[in-house]
Amino acid sequence: MNLHQIIVESINQAASNVFATMVGGELGPGSDFVALGAPEPTDGVVSFIGIAGPWMGTGSLTCSSSMACAICSQLLMTETTAVNEEVLDAVAELTNMIIGGVKNDLERHVGALGLSIPTVVFGRNFKTRSVGSTEWIVVHFPWNGEQLEVKVSLAPNEKFALPLQHAPTHACAIEV
Amino acid sequence: MESDVLVVDDSAAIRKILQRVLRQTGMAIRTIHEAGDGQEALALLANKRVDLVLTDINMPNMDGLQLLKSLKSAEEWRNVPVVMITTEGGETKVAEAVRLGAAGYVRKPFTADQIKEKLAGILEPALPL
Repeated sequence: MNLHQIIVESINQAASNVFATMVGGELGPGSDFVALGAPEPTDGVVSFIGIAGPWMGTGSLTCSSSMACAICSQLLMTETTAVNEEVLDAVAELTNMIIGGVKNDLERHVGALGLSIPTVVFGRNFKTRSVGSTEWIVVHFPWNGEQLEVKVSLAPNEKFALPLQHAPTHACAIEV
Repeated sequence: MESDVLVVDDSAAIRKILQRVLRQTGMAIRTIHEAGDGQEALALLANKRVDLVLTDINMPNMDGLQLLKSLKSAEEWRNVPVVMITTEGGETKVAEAVRLGAAGYVRKPFTADQIKEKLAGILEPALPL
């Protein structure tokens, strides 16, 4: 199994596990593909979490605002109809758990990895770009008539062996 | 005897979920305090006594391992059980938490039963009404 297959399998397992355990309602089967370059402008909620170590990159979740509200409602057992701090926090935690699961799987193959604190963006007609990354492994999951997108971009960290003060940092630029 | 619990996590969502789950465990819990990171937890513990700490590992300002280390090195908090609840599955951090004296470890995502099972030997069950 190559790294692409491992990442796709990890995303499928982690996302299904998180939804089955904490959100409720099974995710539909994931369909995966590779996306090159910056994505088209989007609406809704997007979250990012940085991955660092011998391989480095970004994990990301994207969904509509209505799906983000539905996830929050089920996760926290509250009624939420508009994106607010609680919804953004719920999506951030969902990202942490799903990409955290992927990270735990990947560590068996590439060595110890670290995760950053998640960042969540909500808006309309915005573009996102991860500096230095052009290829994303994307998995789309149907859930209650909506679509959850989970994607990961990873590349070998050539400077990993250098002393800590020279270790590269991963930047994630957002164009709104 | 009813216990006081401190939940430490930078995610308000997880703190809210743990509040609900802890109330569902059937354990004798009086108060559940919350803190958003290790520093907040230590500030709160300066004025309050708790019987159990549930903490995330990856948090800003002061992470869960630093909090665990601080608690285990303080005479007054050394015997308070600390259970780690985190997405971290790496052997290094698990081993580090155990070495520092963590009473247990629950991986996110978690179920109410997993939390209940982990706390069974730490907190007393609530008396039947």
